Amino acid sequence: MAEVLVLVDHTDGQVKKNTAELLTLARALGVPSAVFIGSSVEAARPRLAQFGAAKVYVVDNPDVTGAVAAPLAEALAAVAEQASPAAILLPTGGVNKEAGARLAVKTGGGLITDATNVQPGDGGVATTQSAFASNYTVESLVTKSPAIVTVKANAAAPAAAQAGATVVPVEVTVSEVAKAAKITGTEAKAKSGRPELTEAQIVVSGGRGTSGDFSPVEAFADTLGAAVGASRAAVDAGWYPHSNQVGQTGKQVSPQLYVACGISGAIQHRAGMQTSKTIVAINKDEEAPIFELVDFGVVGDLFTVLPQANDAVQAAKS
Amino acid sequence: MNIVVCVKYVPDAQADRTFNEDNTTDRSNVDGLLSELDEYAVEAALKLVEGSEDEVTVLTVGPDGAADAIKKALQMGAHKGVHVLDDAIHGSDAPATSLVLAEAVKKASGGTPELVLMGLASTDGTMSVVPAMLSERLGLPQVTQLSTLEVADGVVKGRRDSDTASDSFEAPLPAVVSVTDQINEPRYPSFKGIMAAKKKPVETWSLADLGVDAGQVGLDNAATKVTSFTARPPREQGEIVTDEGDGGTKLAEFLAKAKLI
Repeated sequence: MAEVLVLVDHTDGQVKKNTAELLTLARALGVPSAVFIGSSVEAARPRLAQFGAAKVYVVDNPDVTGAVAAPLAEALAAVAEQASPAAILLPTGGVNKEAGARLAVKTGGGLITDATNVQPGDGGVATTQSAFASNYTVESLVTKSPAIVTVKANAAAPAAAQAGATVVPVEVTVSEVAKAAKITGTEAKAKSGRPELTEAQIVVSGGRGTSGDFSPVEAFADTLGAAVGASRAAVDAGWYPHSNQVGQTGKQVSPQLYVACGISGAIQHRAGMQTSKTIVAINKDEEAPIFELVDFGVVGDLFTVLPQANDAVQAAKS
Repeated sequence: MNIVVCVKYVPDAQADRTFNEDNTTDRSNVDGLLSELDEYAVEAALKLVEGSEDEVTVLTVGPDGAADAIKKALQMGAHKGVHVLDDAIHGSDAPATSLVLAEAVKKASGGTPELVLMGLASTDGTMSVVPAMLSERLGLPQVTQLSTLEVADGVVKGRRDSDTASDSFEAPLPAVVSVTDQINEPRYPSFKGIMAAKKKPVETWSLADLGVDAGQVGLDNAATKVTSFTARPPREQGEIVTDEGDGGTKLAEFLAKAKLI
């Protein structure tokens, strides 16, 4: 059976859940091997072994990081040349998508982004995606090998399957042109302590109706253990960071519960949240299109409804 | 510094977008327009050449209607347009599109461009991969998804925001750059701009003009194929209550009943 490469998402060797999900998906396509970028592979190995990585290709080269696409693509191409994989799976995200894009040009393989499922298909790797603001579900077949697929979080439930995780160092020489674009400074963002928007089970979002005061939205999110999202209107007004924007030009989320507060529900926003399992909305305007999507809606002022709901949920939990 | 801005003609995101019988995007029965996110790239290019003799060329690969996307960019202030139009391109995947764009960028700039600008993503395919592919094909540095942009002394600089950090990037020109919708506020075409656009040159090129073999592009040569599309069933509207002093309590009751808390 052919190898299937999985790019490991990690912080200093702490392997993230999406990597376990991808290794689980990869087992249906072939023999999974992990690709580890960085110097802390020993910290990552036990978890990679637990989820079935037969080999761990390690690129430990200061010119290659997860933050710049061109060197990452060259590293992946070097591993691919050694492994001749049937497929290469990457956690979806800006740089990974771009590295996948470059890899598709380098290898002649087919590229699918933001897949919500990957499985063996008739004549290639089959994928599932959402299209047109999640109004459609699209099934595709990658007909040219290797299949390069970036996969969204929560695409599979991680299932353990012990394997050897044999370390295979790979030497990579990064080209001058790939090194030409470089990072000259990094400013880390303050951590909110809340779950990641795209991985959260619950998301509470605020829009124009907050008038810039997100405190009731944040308070409810914290009671629910939720991530905080924002509509484009709220972000454009400078009320909340762009990294929290839910919608076509922000994040696409699909949590168990989505709570839209003071958000009208324009197509721009729906594109980012309408695949949520349960949707709840609070809006002053009973005509707001968001109410077409909801499982439960409250026509009212979020500044009275949210604090009351917050108290009631806290009381129910205690 | 002459700039080539690559733009896409897309079906209007406000309309009911759908697919053709061959599983490609329906571009004929849905109104099309310049992809909203490309307006930011056009605006960024116009700002960079402001007050100079430099020119902005807007380039698109697309069907007949794509001329509208060029027209909009010309109305905003771009100087000339190039439309790559060839029936053989229909159904091309992103790698093939980037191949056509790469050859067109070379031809439009007489060899090597100084700066290629693009938007964050198209609003139909939404992959955000063509700038990276174009950079790979042209052998030029890639500096993408910038929320700030400055060009001086042959160097492009800008800030790229991720969830965890803001990175300052830089690269020597020539380079392929893409910008987000955070970078500027695209101008509306003025009446003067609309009138002036009518006189601006637009060239139409075929694959043959670019020396691209039809066997390298199109639906039959794509490395990925859509095998089926299914409309998501419309969500059924649930219970809507009007707050009469107990809206929050009712919301909490709903969450408890649905076992969400």
